[in-house]
Amino acid sequence: MSKSLLDIAERVVGWAGDGVDVEAFVARDHETEIRAYGGEVESLTVASSMGIGVRIVRDGRQGFAYAAALDDETLRETFDEALDNSRFGSVDEFAGVAEPDGVEPASLDLYRSELVDFGTEEKVALALELERATVAADPRVTGVESADYADTTYEAAVATSRGVAASARETGCYLVAYSLASDNDETQTGFGFSVGRHPGELSAEMAGADAADRATRLLGAAKAPTRRLTVVLDPYVTARLLGIVGATLSGDAVLKGRSLFADRMEEAVGASSLTLVDDATDPDAFTASAIDAEGLATRRVPLISDGVLQAFLYDTYTARRAGVSSTGSAVRGGFKGTPGVGAQALRLTPGTRTQAEIVSDIDDGLLVQGVTGLHSGVNAVSGDFSVGAEGLRIRDGETAEPIREVTIASTIQRLLMDVTEVGSDLEWLPMSAAGVTLAIADVTMSGS
Amino acid sequence: MLEADLVNRTLAAAMRTGADFAEIFAEDRRSASAILDDGRVEEVVSGRDRGAGIRVVAGDTTGFAHTADLSAAGLAAAADAAAAAARRGGGGTQTVAVSALEPPRSLQVRIPPEEVPKDRKVALLTAADAAARSAGGAITQVSARYGDGRRRILVADSDGLFTSDDQVRTLFSVSCVATGDTGMQTGRESAGRTAGFELFDLYDVEEMARRAAQRALTKLTARPAPSGEMPVVVGPGGGGVLFHEACGHGLEADLVAKSASVFAGRIGETVAAPMVTLIDDGTMAGEWGHYGIDDEGKPAARNVLIADGVLTDYMWDRLRARKEGRASSGNGRRQSYQHLPMVRMTNTYIDNGDAEPDDIVADTSHGVYVAQLGGGQVNTATGDFVFGMTEAYLIENGRITAPIREGNLIGNGPDVLTRIDALGNDFAMGSPGTCGKDGQGVPVGDGTPTLRVTALTVGGTAA
Repeated sequence: MSKSLLDIAERVVGWAGDGVDVEAFVARDHETEIRAYGGEVESLTVASSMGIGVRIVRDGRQGFAYAAALDDETLRETFDEALDNSRFGSVDEFAGVAEPDGVEPASLDLYRSELVDFGTEEKVALALELERATVAADPRVTGVESADYADTTYEAAVATSRGVAASARETGCYLVAYSLASDNDETQTGFGFSVGRHPGELSAEMAGADAADRATRLLGAAKAPTRRLTVVLDPYVTARLLGIVGATLSGDAVLKGRSLFADRMEEAVGASSLTLVDDATDPDAFTASAIDAEGLATRRVPLISDGVLQAFLYDTYTARRAGVSSTGSAVRGGFKGTPGVGAQALRLTPGTRTQAEIVSDIDDGLLVQGVTGLHSGVNAVSGDFSVGAEGLRIRDGETAEPIREVTIASTIQRLLMDVTEVGSDLEWLPMSAAGVTLAIADVTMSGS
Repeated sequence: MLEADLVNRTLAAAMRTGADFAEIFAEDRRSASAILDDGRVEEVVSGRDRGAGIRVVAGDTTGFAHTADLSAAGLAAAADAAAAAARRGGGGTQTVAVSALEPPRSLQVRIPPEEVPKDRKVALLTAADAAARSAGGAITQVSARYGDGRRRILVADSDGLFTSDDQVRTLFSVSCVATGDTGMQTGRESAGRTAGFELFDLYDVEEMARRAAQRALTKLTARPAPSGEMPVVVGPGGGGVLFHEACGHGLEADLVAKSASVFAGRIGETVAAPMVTLIDDGTMAGEWGHYGIDDEGKPAARNVLIADGVLTDYMWDRLRARKEGRASSGNGRRQSYQHLPMVRMTNTYIDNGDAEPDDIVADTSHGVYVAQLGGGQVNTATGDFVFGMTEAYLIENGRITAPIREGNLIGNGPDVLTRIDALGNDFAMGSPGTCGKDGQGVPVGDGTPTLRVTALTVGGTAA
């Protein structure tokens, strides 16, 4: 299958005339999504989709076109449209497609035939089991907002007129439940999930119990008075914070004057306990991939070591412009988008203590279980950071009453410097970062 | 897009296992965009996306399959897959005959964007770049984006519906970075309408660029936002996001039916201050959330949700309405043919009050004035919601004073609705938005006059 996608990509690249550079990215996926509700299947979706994105660079000008079909006529039209679009781009001496750089892709086996062989009825049973497990986990859980099973089988190929020819395939699946818990007139919600490369790795029991626990522990939550305190971020919250930090370390942001850390190379930008790497070659990462979106090998990039800034992320274009080598950090949102620079699998080096041990040393704090408004209250250019938060108050080393309708605020720069401890509980999550408990001092909790 | 005969055969195949309802949603979408960044036109993009989603409902189960193959064979395969997915629901057989094709209605588009040469679109970007940079040497970076899209849809179902729509949207945005002693700040401005290239008769991109630049420059002197509960005045247009989050999502019937909304079971009750009348209106010609028919074929409608503070109705799609034995309110929308429809907002707004905006500020001894909002998020089950402020000022002794830095505000929907104590007479629509729900994004509009909430929590760091 992958071979045939690469054939398509190479055929389109073969249409390049003299002085024309071409990149063809071809992707196909097959997905199943099942939502259980009230002991029944609420919806069952089965679908395949495919498409191509063609990028052309001619005389330093770039054009792009995509189409959600792979028939001959569509391929030709898409190529011609990209060529025409290239007439309108500005001349940029660094524009171009990737060429092989001699780095061998990691040997990753991310495809599981077990998923392909798993029957629809068995998938339905998993979704129904997830709903059952969520409701059964606690008598205060009155139902679910949703209980979903989803899987995808994905393959992609990329070829360039400079000799790149790469392909990859992978499988992935997950269970995710949103529970509703009630006590008196109050309702709280919580999510739980389980991810894997094939359904045998999923646990409905665990996902359901997490969803129930996250909702029930917030029952009785109230707003708290405004104060400065130490926050302890749950692994899931840390992973979302790392996503923002990753954006500030992209070569694109650095070159275009949008990175907080542009002039800080080899300076301390975080507490000495912080060591951050981006490594899509880690097979345990949910977003692991041997090749990046331009077809180059992904590699381990140490971004921050013991608090000191060591590297930025680069794709082919930004690397040329900065006079460095690509770090294999090209990402794209499917065949409909041009490649850009981004983190793929961020991971903090874990510490030695559990979340409970970290909490036991904190007299006055907030264990943050969930955050909202990361897109509306965080500015990765200015560094302003303000998000809605819910969780449990920490008093004298123990978790205490639940808190809701507060914000926590600081700046991205200060959050990194104010980290007091990294937990030992590293776990890969269904996003481009691993979670781990993180304690940060001197954050403003804004409430009543 | 599809012949009636092919539609009939496909629907019959979808109904063959004894479903209660089957539907074909076909879509042909063309889009074009151009992006300028760092002084260069970085990319000019065209895209084509075409396909059909087939939905089959049997009992409480919906089966869904989509395909990019609009041939008879491709549609038959998708119909089979959807029917098989839904088969656990029922028995019996039904035949299908769609009624005569209604004349497709099309929206008024004066200048179809596909007929506008690409270099004219690119010229808008370079003009915006130059205008933003001329606002001052502290403007260190500018990006601008032009985008247009034409979406032709066809909806046919086993109840005999066969209808279509032709939706054209055009969007322009510009973002600036200003650099000063205190670091970098950003400013953004955007305009979008369900219309063609005539968007630019209404909006001057150079003026937009200067406003975005000014916004970034102003924030260079901004102080940290305050923290804690205080009165908040939201300028004209901006407050729409507040209502979208504070109660809009909570009035979507799918969430209500699952008791995942704090507004469930509250029809006929007073849920807001008596001056609040909230309307969702997909018929507002030209507005960003406007369309002829929704993605289930129902004509867009004007729906009053809250009248003088009393909750009058929820928003409905076909599935939820059918369960309640009522009509859809024309709010069934989907991101594309690859998605199932669900209840979504269109253009959500609060009508004018009678206060002078200046008087509202003058009557506020201290608090925050939010001039531009930056999106939000809500948990409909608890009612807690956040929204971001991207341009905001302190109010001191009844006057708008120092600019403050960005952050979120947080509140609880049912509380905030009752805490609105002033509505201005300066109604305006806000910026074009993309509303996300369950992984699907759709274009929405919103609007309000200047309004005041007596207490909201501002999520800053200053005392």
